[in-house]
Amino acid sequence: MPYLVPETVSEALVLLRDRRPVVVAGCTDVLPTRRQGDRTDDILDVTGLSDLRGITGGPQGWRIGAATTWAEIAAAPLPPAFDALRQAAAEVGAIQIQNAGTVAGNLCNASPAADGVPPLLVLEAEVELASAAGRRRLALSDFITGVRRTARAADELVVALHLPQPPTDAGGAFVKLGTRSSLVISIAMVAAVVRVAGGRIAAARLAVGACSPVARRLPAWEAALEGRSLDAVAGLRPDPAHLAGLAPIDDVRATAAYRTEAVRDLCRRAVMRAVASATGGSDAR
Amino acid sequence: MRDEANAGTTRFTLNGAAVAVSAPADERLSDSLRERLGAREVKIGCNAGDCGACSVLVDGAVVCSCLTPTRKAEGRRVETVAGLVATDPVAQALAQRFQDHGAAQCGFCTPGMVTASVALLRQDPAPDEAAITRALGGVLCRCTGYRKIIDAVASVPPALAGAGAAGHAGAAIRRLDGAPKLDGSEAFGDDVAPPDTLEILVIRSPFPRAGFRFGDLDGWLAGQAGMAAVLTAADVPGRNVFGVIPAFADQPAFAEDVARFRGEAVAAVVGTPETIRGFDPATFPVTWQELPPVMTPAEAEASGAPLLHEGRAGNLMCKGFVACGDAGAALAAADVTVEARFTSGFVEHAYIEPEAGFARVVDGRVEIHACTQAPVMDLESMEILLGMDRSRIRIVPTAVGGGFGSKLDISLQPYLALGAIKTGRPVRMAYSRTESMQSTTKRHPSDIRLRLGATRDGILKGCDFQGTFNTGAYASWGPTVANRVPVHASGPYRIADYRAEARAIHTNCPPAGAFRGFGVPQAAIALESLIDELAGKLGLDPLELRLRNALENGVPTVCGQVFSQGVGIRACLKALRPAWEAERAAAEAFNRDATGPLRRGVGVASGWYGCGNTSLPNPSTIKAGIRADGAIVLHQGAMDIGQGANTVITQIFATALGVPVAGIGLIGPDTDLTPDAGKTSASRQTFVSGNAARLCGAALRAEVLRAVNASDQALLSVADGAITVDDGASRHRIALGPLAADGDGYVFAASGHYDPPTKPLDENGQGEPYAQFGYAAQLAVAEVDTRLGTVRLLRLVAAHDVGLAVNPMLVEGQIQGGVAQGIGMALMEEYIPGRTENLHDYLIPTIGDIPPIEPIIIEEADAHGPYGAKGLGEHVLIPTAPAILNAIAHACGVRMTSVPVTPAKLATALAGD
Repeated sequence: MPYLVPETVSEALVLLRDRRPVVVAGCTDVLPTRRQGDRTDDILDVTGLSDLRGITGGPQGWRIGAATTWAEIAAAPLPPAFDALRQAAAEVGAIQIQNAGTVAGNLCNASPAADGVPPLLVLEAEVELASAAGRRRLALSDFITGVRRTARAADELVVALHLPQPPTDAGGAFVKLGTRSSLVISIAMVAAVVRVAGGRIAAARLAVGACSPVARRLPAWEAALEGRSLDAVAGLRPDPAHLAGLAPIDDVRATAAYRTEAVRDLCRRAVMRAVASATGGSDAR
Repeated sequence: MRDEANAGTTRFTLNGAAVAVSAPADERLSDSLRERLGAREVKIGCNAGDCGACSVLVDGAVVCSCLTPTRKAEGRRVETVAGLVATDPVAQALAQRFQDHGAAQCGFCTPGMVTASVALLRQDPAPDEAAITRALGGVLCRCTGYRKIIDAVASVPPALAGAGAAGHAGAAIRRLDGAPKLDGSEAFGDDVAPPDTLEILVIRSPFPRAGFRFGDLDGWLAGQAGMAAVLTAADVPGRNVFGVIPAFADQPAFAEDVARFRGEAVAAVVGTPETIRGFDPATFPVTWQELPPVMTPAEAEASGAPLLHEGRAGNLMCKGFVACGDAGAALAAADVTVEARFTSGFVEHAYIEPEAGFARVVDGRVEIHACTQAPVMDLESMEILLGMDRSRIRIVPTAVGGGFGSKLDISLQPYLALGAIKTGRPVRMAYSRTESMQSTTKRHPSDIRLRLGATRDGILKGCDFQGTFNTGAYASWGPTVANRVPVHASGPYRIADYRAEARAIHTNCPPAGAFRGFGVPQAAIALESLIDELAGKLGLDPLELRLRNALENGVPTVCGQVFSQGVGIRACLKALRPAWEAERAAAEAFNRDATGPLRRGVGVASGWYGCGNTSLPNPSTIKAGIRADGAIVLHQGAMDIGQGANTVITQIFATALGVPVAGIGLIGPDTDLTPDAGKTSASRQTFVSGNAARLCGAALRAEVLRAVNASDQALLSVADGAITVDDGASRHRIALGPLAADGDGYVFAASGHYDPPTKPLDENGQGEPYAQFGYAAQLAVAEVDTRLGTVRLLRLVAAHDVGLAVNPMLVEGQIQGGVAQGIGMALMEEYIPGRTENLHDYLIPTIGDIPPIEPIIIEEADAHGPYGAKGLGEHVLIPTAPAILNAIAHACGVRMTSVPVTPAKLATALAGD
């Protein structure tokens, strides 16, 4: 049961190919699920890989290292379109979790209630995977394939997320609904990015988490929002038809029926706040 | 690359000192710190990142050490509360402020709170409440209600008695046991065993009801390296039964043949720490036969339902009953009546310290060091289970990281004792959070039907209460709940025609037992909700309606008990009036102007609570002495579980003796050293043990005065091995050295004994159940999001009649902490066996969920209480949930009758489904 701490990505990839260890980063999902008497496989800790850390941006877009923590994202000087991501970063668990938990860890854990997924979906993130055999990129929506399932092969490592440079007139927001104020698994959450032009919504992207096995975009509602006057957004709630693809369940946190209704209003609030983010205004709840 | 083998060494600095540990690759930093490096100030509450008690700083950033593999600390700088408070000026100043505010009650979350606060204060020396809430949102506290913590972090000036004050009854002084809670040296249940002590792991039923058979245990054990013993019912030398109420004792330490709830113990293994750590309980040689369970009273009472216990037909454990007048006739004659059915679920105590302890055999005697609320009751249970004379058993309570009722019952004490006896070696164990939640007692789920009537002018007329309580698999305190509820279900009101019946029904759920209020909070939800409904029907102000019916001196309770003095409910209600009028008007104005989904409401509710046992003996004894060197020693056996008994009992004793608190040393609790001060339960310690301490102090004073024939007006001072007695113009000096000492080493000694005067209840519950009641009224301001069904509390005002606030700071802490638990019960807490067995599926309030809570202390002195004091521990919680439900109804017109009011439930009700 060695604890492997590679110093370079290539070292890590060889270890992955040859020993198939459990990849860990912040360990905020791995350790809570450990049960009395569980045997642990080899552990590969990737947080020491400098290639997996940090946030860089340029005209070609943004790169977020896989092992970047939520606290680092929350504090990063990102454009307003990334507000959904930064706001989500500040709501993942609490500060103890945000200081340790990483963005790629959140994706690889593939919980339906992962707070990081909806913002990254609306930011059209791509996941860069590396193995000893080479590298590939997948759209985030193709990367997470189900509850606790991803497209990552056992010899692959998520090294980074890539996000296109958003337009300067875009803003974002993240709205989380839980039963208490912090340290709470979401009942539902909505991330939004909107572009605003000429007093209208030029484009909108929304994604909903905790209401389907994998968080999902809402293409029908995104299309319906396009061209709507900003004066009307406070009253814009999707109809059930716009929520096609969501499949909420009953669990200890809420009922499916409640989730569906709540999401309609969370969408409204997320768009209002994203508009405020885009226009430099305040959060007009 | 560092390819570290299993025994690899991790090097880092711990509180500035270089350390190296060899730990398995998957070891948590919390375990390495505690067990390999002696840093027991790091507390483990959940091992899942849900509670934050284990927070440490790694390179200055706060993380949960339970979620940090030790290997991650390589080359890092790790700081714990002990190091911070020893060396960091920011932490030192904060630790002082925590003590000044009483921001540490039990102290178990305090290491996490202080550590997380230091991380904040290093960045932001003057944080606002939002910053504090964000920084501390990851650390759960179950005692304080967080408000004193916010005050301490925000450097709000404290309201303490001046330095040099005697600290007598009535003075806000720091907790006498506060410093160790801040510097990390306080030793809780899991902190007292030496390293490498054998550990115990319990094998538990995975099913709510199951038959089971063991395989060849001896053969199995022989094949287990590192395993020292297996324990089962066959190892119980005495009777395999325990229970807090002897007539109902029915719970085995280890189940025999059939397990009656999920998580019930059937066996235990004892082994080295490494062996236990790697042991998978699924490999234990036991085969299960799952049986269909009964999980609700309705299922348990259905004809043909399996009986949990012989002789309890229909799974009915017991009933409680109180009646006066003719409820049926009064309701028929009432001008208006209201009725409804109210339900609530299991509520988990969720103290942050899971049960833990250590035991050893010393000179043929068994010593159990564990967290407990009731050391002498533990001893009595162990006497039966071990079949040993009590002289051979010693209970040494550790510090207790919260109890709230559940640590009244024994939990792991039998396993510790049996393990120590069978192996002949010291043993320890700590429950995991899941074990604690599965196997220890809960608040009773309730199903209450209530009818309430009134005359046109708002005088209550007729009340009929029918309550069914799910008491789980074993009796625990279920009989107490059944008895207390009918006595209290009237609330602190005059109701001449009353009938109340409570029934406790067994199910295959965890035992429901004592939890702050013993069923009274559930009953208060029903009554206080319907009083608001009556007010609506009558067109009366809800506060005014309560005042019209509130008990007064000389007015009989529903038990026919008449108090000639000390009834404080009217004063509590009146104290709310300014806030009530202002907040009702503000809420109505807010709602008039509202365009969005938010609506505000203001609710009020009352509560009362009889202090001490119901019509049963309930004595406490306190003893004290003065040594030849002048030390005054108080043998204080009243368990301090965070509420402050160590401080309050000493304040009362010091007042009676006539010396400053600062001159008194404490011993105990310890069944070898302290007389029985009863259990920390039923709001009785300040009242009952406080009276024993008062009598003890007075008796000791009398001994001293008698020695010099001084009058009772004399002033005592003890210094330099002598007592100086100033009696008017004359001064006497008693040199202590020459005096003969007793067996305890005291030259003066005394004890005090108190048992509150009560009278039995007859078959209609008529009598004198309690010598005193405490009274309460609370006001809640809530903001309802009518689209999402979420509730945000804006303000709580809590008026509590405590007779005399022996320590006003501690009273405020009790009020705020109780209110926070009431908020949890109202809005988020429901334990569902098999589904919410951790602190991320079972939610208790975090710091951001608790609004400002303004205590109003009412002091309607009680003739029986020490210096007029009354109990407080339960009525802090009783009015909270109904006040919130009434505020929700006022905000949005929806009457919620089932708690917790989760967003989904409220939204559904708002939608009219």
